[in-house]
Amino acid sequence: MSDIVPPEVKPKPAIPANTGPLVPPTSAIPVPVGSHSTAQSASGGSTLLGYIGIDTIIEQMRKKTMKAGFDFNIMVVGHSGLGKSTLLNTLFKSQVSRRNAGWPRDEKIPKTVEIKSVSHVIEEGGVKMKLTVVDTPGFGDQINNDNCWEPISKYINEQFEKFLKEEVNITRKKRIPDTRVHCCIYFIPPTGHSLRQLDIEFMKRLSHSVNIIPVIAKADTMTIEERQEFKQRVRKELETSGVEFYPQKEFDDDMEDKSDNDKIRETMPFAVVGSDKEYQVNGKRVLGRKTAWGIVEVENSNHCEFAKLRDFLIRSHLQDLKEVTHNIHYETYRAKRLNENGGLHPISSNGTQESNL
Amino acid sequence: MLILHRKSVKKGFDFTLMVAGESGLGKSTLVNSLFLTDLHKDRKLLNAEERISQTVEITKHTVDIEEKGVKLKLTIVDTPGFGDAVNNSECWRPVTDYINQQFEQYFRDESGLNRKNIQDNRVHCCLYFIPPFGHGLRPVDIEFMKILQDKVNVVPLIAKADCLTPSEIKKFKERLREEIDKCGIKIYQFPDCDSDEDEDFKQQDRELKESTPFAVIGSNTVVEARGQRVRGRLYPWGIVEVENPAHCDFVKLRTMLIRTHMHDLKDITNDCHYENYRALCIQTMASKMNADKRVESPIPILPLSTPDVETENLIKKKDEELRRMQQMLQKMQQQMHEQDL
Repeated sequence: MSDIVPPEVKPKPAIPANTGPLVPPTSAIPVPVGSHSTAQSASGGSTLLGYIGIDTIIEQMRKKTMKAGFDFNIMVVGHSGLGKSTLLNTLFKSQVSRRNAGWPRDEKIPKTVEIKSVSHVIEEGGVKMKLTVVDTPGFGDQINNDNCWEPISKYINEQFEKFLKEEVNITRKKRIPDTRVHCCIYFIPPTGHSLRQLDIEFMKRLSHSVNIIPVIAKADTMTIEERQEFKQRVRKELETSGVEFYPQKEFDDDMEDKSDNDKIRETMPFAVVGSDKEYQVNGKRVLGRKTAWGIVEVENSNHCEFAKLRDFLIRSHLQDLKEVTHNIHYETYRAKRLNENGGLHPISSNGTQESNL
Repeated sequence: MLILHRKSVKKGFDFTLMVAGESGLGKSTLVNSLFLTDLHKDRKLLNAEERISQTVEITKHTVDIEEKGVKLKLTIVDTPGFGDAVNNSECWRPVTDYINQQFEQYFRDESGLNRKNIQDNRVHCCLYFIPPFGHGLRPVDIEFMKILQDKVNVVPLIAKADCLTPSEIKKFKERLREEIDKCGIKIYQFPDCDSDEDEDFKQQDRELKESTPFAVIGSNTVVEARGQRVRGRLYPWGIVEVENPAHCDFVKLRTMLIRTHMHDLKDITNDCHYENYRALCIQTMASKMNADKRVESPIPILPLSTPDVETENLIKKKDEELRRMQQMLQKMQQQMHEQDL
């Protein structure tokens, strides 16, 4: 029985726009692990004599990431018509949803929940991202929705299993293809009352295997006050039901993290509106929805919180989502599997199966 | 004719309206907007935990409205809990049970001795709220409307229509009409207007028919728009006015429901839905009697095809006779039974 080794969380690479000023030369006493290096000389030997160039590691990592590109897998869950495909297209400013990949919009609601995934490569500033969108048509659409979360749970575990099998191989691939779901966006219908039973059931069951980010869909149905009230009620209900959505409180690394994340948690779930049509407003072209009484601007923070969601998801927490998935959700799965089978045996390169996987 | 009107006006009218649909679709708000009341002041919204054990309920609110000397006793029947659970199989059952109960009550009253003050609690119209978030009818919508189409006048509505753009509303309405046709759902049809009505009225009638299902918005708050105080919703990007026909079909719904078709709704409930129920009832009663006593009922039960007025009256007379004969037969049977002992 292996003990669960506490995960070693890699430090978040803060990629600065340009490297800061060089550290002025100080005495070259080696810096003990865990202490902060300061510019001035301090007692206890945390100073450097001359510039070593450790900080260029960041630049090296950046170059490597740019060359290799990275994977990001995002799942969307919610019953049909809540604007999932449109929101994804708006987030990634391109036609990434399943519909645009040549699959026609389903005319019929599927009888059971299906899992359909589509991949695109998005390039920006020299960085390549392989984005995989996993859609779940049929969720919550039937009269009887008992256990409609099971196909989703199965899919997530299957991706973990795939990764585990690769990891356990004797000859491993240099870069294991990562199909694990890094983030699951759950669409809450804007009833204005509270969460539905199905919402709570789903989030309760899946918040331990995947990062769940709840959003309030089609938020242009509610006025600003209605939104605030709804959000408060939803947060309270999630707390009472013991649902930990991303960013989870228990995984905050330090005080700085905690205060940043606390601020975000206070405004979640984000009330979003999506659109892939542009209109002219005040001389600018904006993404929006044109109604008989005005234009809802998607990126206007007075209208909805789409910009907040985008910044949160892509500009500040993208890497963290992957790390939490790898270091926590995947490790939990792995530990469970190891305990189950009495240990995993590596598969030899000529394919003879020795394990009881 | 004038005397008839005066007497009816003195007595007042009653109308029972049922609203059905999942919670959070603005049903209560719409009812308040339609009848300018606040029927749900003390309502407590349940949270998801509390709702887990809740089954579909039927709640009734009655309010007396008087306008220009005409009294209306309005009953609103609400169906909280409908469609809210994870498993919604047969969530329509409490609704159909309630409708049948009202029919049964009326049937008994009608067959009774004192028919002067019969209370008509039958459901005259059911507004069914379809969420605007979908792409068309959902399985639960189809099932509910199919089961209720023979018991009550079903008027489907598109709820919370302010989240759709005008072109989306148009597409959605077309889609809904198509699917309603395809599934063979019999919703309430506006009667054709008489050929001697003026062109304006005919035009209005055409527009009414072409804009179904109505896309509605309700509001409990008054906002300032274009220099006037109106019922509406204030958004950062504009103000939605409930009574502006360019914004939603609320005015059309109100016109249809209250100002032009209220009487027709009551008529159809009486002539169609109630008669269906009654015929079914009598048939089951008679077949039970046949099974019990092996005595042929002296008057055969006529099948209820589309009746004209004369056959209607004939059927009614025969039914009365039948009932009296059945009562006599029952008495005879009892006597025979006592003699046997």
